[in-house]
Formats: sequence, structure tokens, C-alpha cells
Amino acid sequence: MADLKLTDVAKTYGGTVDVLKNINLDIKQGELIVFVGPSGCGKSTLLRMIAGLEKITGGELQIDGQVVNDVPPAQRGIAMVFQSYALYPHMTVRDNMSFALKLAKKSQAEIDEAVGRAAKILQLDEYLDRLPKALSGGQRQRVAIGRSIVRDPKVYLFDEPLSNLDAALRVATRIEIAQLKESMPNSTMIYVTHDQVEAMTLASRIVVLANKGIAQVGTPLELYERPENEFVAQFIGSPSMNLLSGEIVGTGAETTIKLHGGGTVKSAAPTESSDMGQTVNVGIRPEDMLESSGDDYAFEGKVNFTEALGEVTLLYFDKVGDNDAVIGKLPGIHADLRGKSVRMAAAPEKVQVFLNEQSLYYR
Amino acid sequence: MHPALQGLLTIVIGVGGCIGYFYGANLLLDKVLFKPTGPNAGRNINLANQIRPWVFLMPALLALGLYLAYPVVATLRLSFLERLPGNEFAFVGFDNYTKMFAEPKFLEAMKNNVLWLVVVPAASTAFGLLAAQLTDRLAWGNIAKSIIFMPMAISFVGAAVIFKLVYEARPEDVAQIGVLNHLYMLFGGTEPQQWLQIPFWNNFFLMIVLIWIQTGFAMVILSAALRGIPEETVEAAIVDGANPFQIFFKIKIPQIVSTIVVVWTTITIATLKVFDIVFAMTNGQWETQVLANYMYDKLFRANDWGMGSASAMIIMLMVTPILVWNVYNARKEMR
Repeated sequence: MADLKLTDVAKTYGGTVDVLKNINLDIKQGELIVFVGPSGCGKSTLLRMIAGLEKITGGELQIDGQVVNDVPPAQRGIAMVFQSYALYPHMTVRDNMSFALKLAKKSQAEIDEAVGRAAKILQLDEYLDRLPKALSGGQRQRVAIGRSIVRDPKVYLFDEPLSNLDAALRVATRIEIAQLKESMPNSTMIYVTHDQVEAMTLASRIVVLANKGIAQVGTPLELYERPENEFVAQFIGSPSMNLLSGEIVGTGAETTIKLHGGGTVKSAAPTESSDMGQTVNVGIRPEDMLESSGDDYAFEGKVNFTEALGEVTLLYFDKVGDNDAVIGKLPGIHADLRGKSVRMAAAPEKVQVFLNEQSLYYR
Repeated sequence: MHPALQGLLTIVIGVGGCIGYFYGANLLLDKVLFKPTGPNAGRNINLANQIRPWVFLMPALLALGLYLAYPVVATLRLSFLERLPGNEFAFVGFDNYTKMFAEPKFLEAMKNNVLWLVVVPAASTAFGLLAAQLTDRLAWGNIAKSIIFMPMAISFVGAAVIFKLVYEARPEDVAQIGVLNHLYMLFGGTEPQQWLQIPFWNNFFLMIVLIWIQTGFAMVILSAALRGIPEETVEAAIVDGANPFQIFFKIKIPQIVSTIVVVWTTITIATLKVFDIVFAMTNGQWETQVLANYMYDKLFRANDWGMGSASAMIIMLMVTPILVWNVYNARKEMR
């Protein structure tokens, strides 16, 4: 149960290879922070640096106001759940969960009480005397979480804990983790994943990592509705946001952009008169597109292919401007649109404008 | 012919013979006996594939039968016989065994063998494990490993000769060429010791040779096992607050215990059969006799085939249970 503060944290291998740099992050007690990012962006490395398994080569990490850069993992007050669960294969569930407490020289009564409580929360009572190999994947995952709970840590660290489970179990365990978090409102959790559904559903705030640094920090809906840059815009959401190039032709509280594909579009992002004529990228999510019949449309495109999913239909457009991967998503079934030219529009507050990859909403 | 040429020729004939046998057997099965054509093509392919493993195994089975299985039976038979002049044999029942157990030299060999059995596998495995763990994370660990493994490439007799020089004693007034005596004198010894002639302790000086050889073997196998331990279990233990000793003894060792058993029993079998080292260094004098050397003594020096065979049977009796356990564990490991 603690605050975390990362100040200019950096990781360099061998003095030359930068993996992470200038990581500044404030994590408040009780938050569930999710690190997401493409593979190789350093999200696991950052988590392992917080855990103390990787050396912090620059900057400062504080837990509860105390600098812990050189404090060994066990004394940082953290507990970690590993991707492969990392259960000790030769120990029973009970021994796995009590190992840390035994090392800390806790009394047997204390250990029994802590293990009993964790086992009850995680419904592991019946399995306490089994070896890990006699458990299913989901049960192993729960033991790994139980091993963290018994230590009553300040900060819980989860390193892609669901990626070894099958799809159905992943959903169930995700809900279990969300409920676990609710039952422990004061504990701080940091969760690494590459799955944006996990990130969107679990996080109180998401940290998107890219290009060795933080691309954006915010609540899931902030990231979805107001991405700070093109990377976050395209990383969050599926199918990803369409980017269409165009020129600013009207400025003010609302901005008007003439797209290279044809029509014009209004955005709620404010601009100044000096922005007139700037080349920008307009971002519209597939699900924010509306079919337009009049002359007020963002672009007109020929529907190359449709995918009817029942509740929605995905429209794959031919080249629009210089973008040949524009996708629209309309509610209902619209298989009949294939091969036709369709005009699409979007509400101004749903339209993002990026100048030099940065959103104009944040200027 | 020059011996080197002879050796080369043997290798060429041996390897060529193997390849030729493989090629010829396949040719015979696929092209002559069971052709994969015509109305019975499917049946022929299946038949050929059922017979193939037996054809490949046959040379090995024949060789093992002739040189391993038959000698066991023949030795068992000899151990119940007494050789009489004129190449005659008489059945004497267990006489050879009772006579042998009454001999002090045999009891000494039994006692020494038990001592070897207790010390050598334990010491080799322990040193091997230590070397494996210590060299694992070092930049020059692989060089260290190669050096520790190198004695494995030396024959037992070669190793015995090396250590005979280590234990060499020269008169007090000349330079000691034996490392041990040199050090002994350096650290205040009064006179050079004949290390191999000090009863009881000389056993340990002999054992060191085998430990020196087997540590490399233990290290290589255990090092592979240690690397097979999932890194995350070690990291989990670090987060749980385990110190390096606790990680080694409570996390790593329990996870490789079956490999340790295999290494231990394998070295135990090598120890039970120890012969060359004792033969080359003391020949069983000064109370260093072991069973294998005792057997050699009886069989080829005293020409007492009965008692020699009887002692061979005793060695086999002792090795068999360990061998069975070893194979059982090795197979368990592979599953």
C-alpha cells in the first residue's frame, strides 16, 4: 500500500544500448497501473526494475518516499507474479505460499493464518497439499497470486500473468483479478500486458510505452478518446484509428480540414489562424464513422470488401488519399455496400488532428 | 606396416563397415526382399519397417551377447569349479566362495571398496556441483569448465602415473620432485613421506585420483541440469527474500535431485569397478587392495580361476542393484 515515484529512470545495457530513458511516473496508492506497448518496448524491463531484478542504470525509484534503487527486491515490499507462474515445482501449494514467510522467520501460527486467508480468497483450500504439476493452468496462476498475497506487499507486480492461459480462462481470470483488486482497494498494483482488452478493463491508468519512453499516461477512456499522439491513437482500439492526411482550411474553436482524399471534416480541436495551410493527419476511429448522404462528408471511398460480424459490419475501402488501409465500422449488417462508393463523415468531437504526430487537443 | 597407418586403416574399415552395413541392409530390405511396388506395396513397406530396427540392432546384439552375456554365464560356471592339472575341472559347489571369504586380503578388499564407495561418488558429485554452480555465471567459466573436464580425457593408468609423481618421495637431501612432499617440506615437514605406504590414509590418496577424474563428468552433467532450471523460479525466490545459499539449497538442488542421483549412481558403478588406479599405483600393497584388483590377482597371477571368478561374481552382485536403480532414474529423468 504505497505510492511509487519514478524520476528520470533509465536502463542502459553495456553502457551503450538504451532500452528506456526519461521515465517519469507518479503512481498513487490504490491505483492499478497497466504498462502496455508493442513487444520489445521495455515494459517488462521497467517492471523488473521496479521489482529489483534489473539494475536501474539512471534516475531514481521511490517507494513510499524512500529511494530504493539499491535496496534488494525482498526489502522493497513488492511481490511479483510471473508470466510462467514460477512456482517451485518441488513444493506443495502450501509450501509455495509460505516460502517467503518462512524465510522472514514468521511464526508458524502467523504463516498458517496468512496462507489460510489467501487460500480462502483464491479458493485454493482443497489444493494446499498438492504439487504444482497436479494443478491446472488457472489454479497455478491463482497459487502464484496467493504467493504474493500472503506477503501483504506494498506493491503487487504482474508480468503478463494471463498470457499462458487459454482464451476462456483468460477472461475468467481477468475478472478474478479485477475482483481481487476491488477487495483490496488500498493496494497498489502494476500490471504488464500486451493485450489492450486487459489494459482497458483492468487499469485505473494506462501507461503506453514506445520508443524507449512513455508515449502517454491516462485513464483508459482518455487514451481512447483523446490520444496525445499518433502512436497511442493507433495502438489503442481495434481495428486501429484511420489516419488521413489533409490541410487546415479553417481555424478557430473548431478546425476545418480539407482531406487529400476529397471532402472536408470538422474537428473540435482548436487552432490559431497561424495554423492555416498546415498539413496534418486527421484521425477517425472506424466505429466513429457515419454514413453521409449529403455534401457534408469527410471522404468518399469505394468499398472493396466487407466483413459482417452481426452487430457491426467492417468496410474495407479502396485507397483514400494516400492511405490504402482505411476501415469503417457501421452498426448492423451492410454487406450490400460492397463495390459501391460511400460517403463517410464523423462528429467533430470524435475527430483527432495530429500535427507532426502530436495531437492538437493537447497544444 | 607402420602402427599409425594400421590404426588409420582400422578406423576406415570400421567406420566404412558401419556405413556399408547400413546402406546394404537398407538396399536388401527395400530393393530386394520387400519391394515397395506391385500389389503388395503397402504391406511390403510395413514389413520392411518392422524388420529394419532388428537388422540395425543385430551387430550390437551379437557383440554384446558374445562379449558380455556369455562371459557372465561362463564366469558363474567357473566360480563353482576347481581347475585340476591337465585342464580338468571338478565341481566344488560354494567352496571357492567360502575359501575367499576366509581370506584376510579379500576382506580387506571388501572393506576398502566400501570406503571407496562412500567417499568417491559423494566427493565427486559435491565437487562437480560446486564447480558447475561457480563456473555458471563467470565470463571465463567455460575455460574453467574445460580445464576441470580435461582429466576425463586421460586414461586411468595415465592419471595414476601423474599422481604417482605427485606423491613421489626422494631422499631428504635432494630436491623433492613430488609436489606433495615439496609442499610438505615447505610447510615444516621433517622428512619426505612415502604417502602411498601409510596404511588406511593411502586409500584416500588413491581415491583422489578417481575424484579428480570424475568431478569433470559430474560437473558437465550437473551444469546442464542447473541451466535447465527455470530462471523465473530463481527470481521468484529472490523476490521472496532467499539469500544465495537458500536459493542453491532450497530452490536449485531440489529441482535437479534426479540428475544428482543419476550422476551419483553412475560414479558409484565406476568406483565399484576401480582397478587400473590401484593396479598402477600400489597393486594392492600396504592395505590398499580392492575387489577388482583382487580378482585380477587371483585370475591372472595365481591362476586360480575358481576364486577369481567367484570374486568377479561378487563385484557383479554389488554393481547390479545400483545399475538397475541408475537406469530406472535415468529413464525417469527422460520422461
